[in-house]
Order: sequence, then C-alpha cells, then structure tokens
Amino acid sequence: MINIVYRLISPKFFEESIDEVELDGVVVRPTYLSICQADQRYYQGSRPAEVLEEKLPMALIHEGIGEVIYDKSGEFESGDKVVMIPNTPMGEDVCRANYSYKSKFRGSGFDGFTSDLIKLDSSRVVKIPDDFDPRVSAFIELITVAYQGISKFSELAITPKDTLGVWGDGNLGFITALLLKNRFPDSKVIVFGKHLENLNLFSFADESYQIHNVPDTLAIDHGFECVGSSASQSAIEQIIDLINPQGTINLFGVSEYPIPVNTRMVLEKGLTIQGNSRSEREDFVGVVETLKQNPQLFEYLEKLVTNICEINTLADLKEAFDKDYISHFGKTVLKWNK
Amino acid sequence: MIFAAILAGGIGSRMGGTDTPKQFLSLGNKPVIIHTIEKFVINENIDKTIVLIPKNFINHTNNLINEYIGENEDIIVIEGGETRNDTIMNSIRYIEDNFGIDDESIIITHDSVRPFVTHRIIRDNIDAARKYGACDTVIPATDTIVESVNGETIESIPVRDYYYQGQTPQSFNIKKLFNLINSLTEAETNILTDACKIFTLKDEDVHLVDGEVTNIKITYPYDLKLANTILEDGND
Repeated sequence: MINIVYRLISPKFFEESIDEVELDGVVVRPTYLSICQADQRYYQGSRPAEVLEEKLPMALIHEGIGEVIYDKSGEFESGDKVVMIPNTPMGEDVCRANYSYKSKFRGSGFDGFTSDLIKLDSSRVVKIPDDFDPRVSAFIELITVAYQGISKFSELAITPKDTLGVWGDGNLGFITALLLKNRFPDSKVIVFGKHLENLNLFSFADESYQIHNVPDTLAIDHGFECVGSSASQSAIEQIIDLINPQGTINLFGVSEYPIPVNTRMVLEKGLTIQGNSRSEREDFVGVVETLKQNPQLFEYLEKLVTNICEINTLADLKEAFDKDYISHFGKTVLKWNK
Repeated sequence: MIFAAILAGGIGSRMGGTDTPKQFLSLGNKPVIIHTIEKFVINENIDKTIVLIPKNFINHTNNLINEYIGENEDIIVIEGGETRNDTIMNSIRYIEDNFGIDDESIIITHDSVRPFVTHRIIRDNIDAARKYGACDTVIPATDTIVESVNGETIESIPVRDYYYQGQTPQSFNIKKLFNLINSLTEAETNILTDACKIFTLKDEDVHLVDGEVTNIKITYPYDLKLANTILEDGND
C-alpha cells in the first residue's frame, strides 16, 4: 500500500514523501502525537552536522497514540485505540531490547509517526482503553521511560527506600516523581529543582527544594537525575553529596556533552549508578495497567499538557515545533489531522 | 452502508504510446489500480468497494486483485460506462439491485489513477458526505487561472483565491445523487462531465474537503514516471 510520510528534510523544513508498505502488520492512523526534546534537536538542527546528514530525511515523533485501521492477523479490531512502541527490535539479544544495538528506534534510526498511516508489527502496539485522556496518552512513551527506570531501580536497590530524591523540575522529573510516589506511597519523595513556578506543580511530592536552598541535614536513600544537558553535572554532584551509603543514582537526563562525576565519593559511599534510556513493550503494558488502576494520575499528568496544536498542514507542524521550543515546561501535543 | 466506487471506466486514451490502460501500469511493485483499491479495502468504514472497469478488463482486474490482495468478497468488479457519469450510474444501479439504497447510504467516487489518496482524505469525505450530502476534494489553485474562450486571447483573469483544483474522491448521499441525475434533461446530461456539477447545477451545496498536493492523477506518461521516482525516493 502507498503511504504518505511527512519527513524533516533539513532543519525546520518538512516535506511530503511517498512510501510503499506491505499490509502484513497492524496499520494505525495516528491521532495524538507529542513532541520530545530529541525531535526538537533534529528540527532545530542542534544535532551534529554529520548526524543530520546521516539521518535526514526522516519523519520525526516517537510519542503517540492512534487507531487501528487494519490488521490482517485479526489480533486487533479496526477502531481499537493503541499506543505505539517506537523501539523496534531487529533480532534477539541478551540485554533488554531498548538497550540492544540490534534495535531501531522511530524518529531516530527510521521514520517516526508523522504520516498518514503507520505500519507496525503487532508486538509494537498496545491497546489502551477508550476512556484514556488522549492528550495525556499521547506521551505515554515518555512515561514508560520513567517506568522502566523505576522498575530496574526497584530490583537494584539494596538499601531502604525511605527517602527518594528526584532532580529536575521538567516533564521527566514530574513524571518520575509522580510514578515513584504512586509505586512507593510510604516513601518520602523529595523534588529538587531550579524553577519555583515549576516546583509548585509538584503538589503530590512530600517536599520540594530549590537546588541552592537545600537544608544541610537533608539526606536521601536514592537519587533520580532527570535534568540532562550540561546541568546534569551539578545535579549529579548534589545527589552524591546528599545520598546515603550504598544508594543508587538513576540517570535519565540526556547530555550532548561528557559529564564529569566525583568518582571518589561514588567509591567511598559504594554507590551504584544506573543509566536509563527508552523503553520496551513490558513498560508500555505496565504503564497502561498503572493508569487503568490509578485514574487519578491523569489529573496530575494533564498538568503537563501546555500546548495542544491541531495539525492540518505542514505549516501547522512547523508552528507547533516553534511553539514547543519557547515553552519552558510541559508537553506540546499534536492533534493529528494531516 | 458506505460504498467506494473506483472509477476506471476510461481506456486511458491520453497515456499514449502504450496499449495498456494507465490504471494497470506498474507503480513500484504493483499496478496503479491495486494501490488505489488497497486504500479503500483497509478502511473498515467502507462496506463494499466497487471497481468499474472496461468490459474486456474485468477478468484481468479480478486476477490482479486475487494476486495482490487475495480473495475478498468486499471488492466487486463490474463494467463501467461510456462517460464518467454513466460509470457512476452503473455503480448506483448495482448498489440498488444488490444492497438497496437507504437515506443514509454514501458513495465515495474515486479515480483509479489517484493511488496517493490518503486515509485522512477518505475519512473527511465520509464525514462531509454524511453531514452535507455532497463533497469534493480540492486543493487551492497555485497557478494563475486565465480564461480564454477563443483560445487566442485572455478573456479574464479571475481572483486566484477563489479557485481550487478538483481532485477526487467526490462523495455523495446516494439517494440525493440518484434523484438529481434522474432529474437532468438530455441537454444537461450532455454538458455534465463531473458529478459535483450536477449538484451545483441544481443549486445544491457541495462541501469542500482538503486534498493533498501528493494526491496526483496519473494521466500522462510523465505522471507515472514522476510517481515512480517519488516512490523510489521515499523508499530509500
């Protein structure tokens, strides 16, 4: 079948292109999509020139939901609402598929979701209930990244989980802190951020502090770094200072630059540092189940929806990226009508 | 019920140089018409897809459908008519004889040589036909339109903002379309090359649905060459 794909040709320039797909998987019509920082870096051209040269043209966006149009296998029914999994394993591996070199990722290694239709393997699609808020569901993928990090953390941590510190008052910090509070309701979740107006939104957290105003006596059992970029250096430094011996440091923030770490104190405290990136099917199933069981989470998560842009034309898509770029907090959700 | 009518009644006289009608020429790995049919067959909202084809190509079309799509009772291949409107009438008669026509029934008519139609365009056609009774898929005109009656000098240059290029699908409430066609005089029938024109002639509203620049019609050898090039480029 012929499919129309809307690709980023060069920074800030989208164009229609035509693709041919076999009808041997699940065909999904995208409905609500969400812009991620990684998309924004391609759109702004802030990735290194050789990366842009290698990856573009490519359709962006790896966070999104849609409706099943066609499934030859009959596993899904037409009209089923689904969340799409961008990670696409291309072979077996000994590690989780989201860390495998054999996996491809939509909107990074191959086309993302900005197209008329999307064909996916049935294992790359998870059904969501009809009553899920589509604006929040659009960024389930981001929630799964926090979810898989927390799942790994809960297996890794050997010391008590009484006090959990989350660094970063952006989207991922908000989601990570919210999921931690939901999963460990008896633990104290403390958020550390720079922007008071953002920290005020973390009303579900037990405490929150601006990073320059932390009491000397404060200590945490485990730390979650959701800062990213060069600022993750100071965040990691503060975590190492505040963390109790044998705690875990869970890294989520992406940085284009190498980040120096105080390894002396990591050794002295016997800390474990765990990296987190992307997610896999079990995380999507887990998040959908968590949201089903805890519908009150939608109330908090919808605070992240700061822009809703209806996309009828490529000019609308461009405008949505520009709007997202100047937003300090929250997610830009695309109501996909193109 | 919702029906799609894939109009392939013409023999592609404009394609030139080849004896094969343009809808059967290859685009990528499949004939053009197969790509077009696939778009309608995967759409669960469409109950039956009727393909209207010159009589001597009916068997060939059925063979192609079996080969590329597989046996599918929702695809019906029947003979088209002399003109575009005759072809549409053939599909309506077939629907009336085999399924009956109720007040809600809709027909989505589409050129067999527009394989790049999108799911979104088809969805918007269904919505608009349900709501307004008739719709046409268009894109804003990009070239300046000039009017010349004698073919030698310009009569007028209309304001471009008011002009659109018609694509397909064109979709209709079947009952409404059927009644309007039956009310035409012979003189009116002779000048009507477009189903939407029947509505406008009878002062009935036709709603506009946004088309796509990619929704091109493969009319000339150049179009097919261009389409194949775009497709190869996209598949790289």
